[in-house]
Amino acid sequence: MNMIVCVKQVIDPEAPPASFKIDASSNSVVPPAGVPPVISPFDEQAVEAALRIKDAVGGKITAVSLGTGLLRDVVKKPLSMGADELVLLEDPAFDGGDSWSTAAALAAAIKKIGEYDIVFCGRQAADWDAGQVGSGLAELLGLPSVTLAKKVEVMDGKAKVERVIPDGYEVVEVSLPALITVSNELGEARYATIKGIMAAKRKEPIVWTPADLGVDASTLGTAGRRIKMLKLFQPVREGTCEIIEGEDEADAGANLAKRLSEAKLL
Amino acid sequence: MADNKGVMILAEAVNGKLAAISTELLGAGRKLADDLGEELSAVLVGSGVGDLAQEAIAFGADKVYVVDDALLKNYRTDSYLAVMEKVANEVVPKVVLMGQNSVGRDLAPRLAFRLDTTATMDCVELAVDPDSKLLLRTKPVYGGNARAIFTSESMPQMATLRVKAGEPLARDDSRKGEVVNIDAGLDASAIRTEVLDTVIEEVEGIKLEDASVIVAGGRGIGGPEGFQELEELAKMLKAAVGASRPPCDNGWVPDTIQVGLTGKIVSPDVYIAVAISGSSQHLAGCSGSKNIIAINRDADANIFKEAAYGVVGDWKKVVPAFKEKLKELMG
Ligand SMILES: Cc1cc2nc3c(=O)[nH]c(=O)nc-3n(C[C@H](O)[C@H](O)[C@H](O)COP(=O)(O)OP(=O)(O)OC[C@H]3O[C@@H](n4cnc5c(N)ncnc54)[C@H](O)[C@@H]3O)c2cc1C
Ligand SMILES: Cc1cc2nc3c(=O)[nH]c(=O)nc-3n(C[C@H](O)[C@H](O)[C@H](O)COP(=O)(O)OP(=O)(O)OC[C@H]3O[C@@H](n4cnc5c(N)ncnc54)[C@H](O)[C@@H]3O)c2cc1C
Repeated sequence: MNMIVCVKQVIDPEAPPASFKIDASSNSVVPPAGVPPVISPFDEQAVEAALRIKDAVGGKITAVSLGTGLLRDVVKKPLSMGADELVLLEDPAFDGGDSWSTAAALAAAIKKIGEYDIVFCGRQAADWDAGQVGSGLAELLGLPSVTLAKKVEVMDGKAKVERVIPDGYEVVEVSLPALITVSNELGEARYATIKGIMAAKRKEPIVWTPADLGVDASTLGTAGRRIKMLKLFQPVREGTCEIIEGEDEADAGANLAKRLSEAKLL
Repeated sequence: MADNKGVMILAEAVNGKLAAISTELLGAGRKLADDLGEELSAVLVGSGVGDLAQEAIAFGADKVYVVDDALLKNYRTDSYLAVMEKVANEVVPKVVLMGQNSVGRDLAPRLAFRLDTTATMDCVELAVDPDSKLLLRTKPVYGGNARAIFTSESMPQMATLRVKAGEPLARDDSRKGEVVNIDAGLDASAIRTEVLDTVIEEVEGIKLEDASVIVAGGRGIGGPEGFQELEELAKMLKAAVGASRPPCDNGWVPDTIQVGLTGKIVSPDVYIAVAISGSSQHLAGCSGSKNIIAINRDADANIFKEAAYGVVGDWKKVVPAFKEKLKELMG
């Protein structure tokens, strides 16, 4: 089973909300000081989905990350978890893209990798929360897709996917090759082992530029963007919480009940 | 670009009625169509859904394209994609809108790439730019920490609208509109996925989406026993029980009651958040509540920034006393 996992480096989405800052003049996010970036959590779970298949039936996993300023310690995480290869699309020409140009570049890289049975993505990147690149890749590569997977198994050239729906899940069978996006219901990603971390340290990523992919730079990054961002801003929070006090915590709880019934809320 | 005309929404049927999200899309779409001075159409896709065309008109559509086919009974990416591609190519709309629900999340990006255009997902506001006449798409990003306004000249302009972000019009059964049937023209063999089973994890009691009061617990609840206590409070209040993500991830409660960016979007009158810190991703699902009540032992927890009323303290002490007093007050 040959598997490709698309993994994006993002600002840590679990950093405290108070640390989130925007530079209005450049319409961009200021990375919080002292909080290192991470790979997007759903992508980590996409790596986990691939590893579970590798554990079950064997295979090779190639992680692909696109971006600039990719920290090796961060983007090597899939390797330390057990992936076999890492391909980086790291070139200024890839920078500033939207979902369209990102998918176009990733599709070209996946074609160059060549052999694959499953392409995994996260359900959405934890920064822009778009959830488009996976389906876009499927379309560009002409693959069937199943989104929001919480379990993936393979047998007889097919994948059986449990797909999250609002009140439960569907069991979907899809012919391979296919594209699958992974949701957090898949369960926690495994920790890297010491052995994995050592192996990842020694492993050099393969770095590809637009020329390596044989794609026209006008379809990539900022140049290939189809969408324009007019404004990026932080919504104002009003924040006038009435704190209910009491002699002790229990008393405060009782007072809350009184206050809410006075206010005719309950 | 000059040939693209009108606003089109994807209408979905649920239990023989128009889905709530579809009426919300019709409300939002009506406003955009009026601002553009163009038509609002709905595409009604499914099996045996033709009867709902009049309902779509009553909620604001000028025209309804009905694509009725047994193969469309349940959502499949390939079948719905083929149908929407066909309709979009025949009608050539300027704007195509879907809901940010399990259909729209899957279908909108795929259709956008198929139509060689681009979509903006999970918008909370849609408007027509008075100068350019382009669609302005406001979307929360960074888990809700920020919002971005996007625009694009690629036609058709596509977006998904967050559940409950649109206001349905009052139903007016005297509204007139046109109904056009379009043949699905589907080839069953081109549908590359097969649904073997659908497992519904029914939660007892009131549904989260319908509840006017919700009691939600977070990581600080500590385990399934704690949720039993919240369950009892919810029963007293005729409320539904919700959760932040960690209790779902830890298996204390079913995944289906997760509230937030990647869970349910709720807007009850009262949302009681117990031992929830108030991450931006959680607030994305509950900040539409009329009143958030926070119980948290950390006075600096972000949830207090959103809450109307709060108690700083250990929920294990606060909640039992809160329940006792409520019982007394409710007689
Ligand atoms: C300054 C700035 C301006 C921006 N302006 C715009 C703009 O105008 N319009 C706009 O649409 N976006 C804009 N973006 C957003 C950014 O370009 C998006 O992150 C990009 O489009 C990728 O899509 P996504 O993050 O939305 O991925 P999603 O579609 O949410 O990602 C889904 C999955 O695709 C895969 N994936 C996505 N990106 C990568 C990657 N880089 N490498 C490997 N795998 C990946 C992952 O598996 C991920 O889980 C801007 C970003 C910055 C920093
Ligand atoms: C892309 C993405 C999407 C996500 N989507 C969602 C989503 O849809 N929904 C969601 O909820 N999360 C989501 N998350 C996760 C989110 O970032 C947070 O990790 C999560 O919401 C935290 O849940 P919590 O508040 O229960 O836990 P914590 O942040 O750990 O907070 C626990 C709180 O409980 C309080 N506490 C502990 N013990 C007690 C006690 N005895 N009495 C009173 N208070 C106590 C603490 O003071 C603390 O404030 C998402 C994350 C990402 C990256």
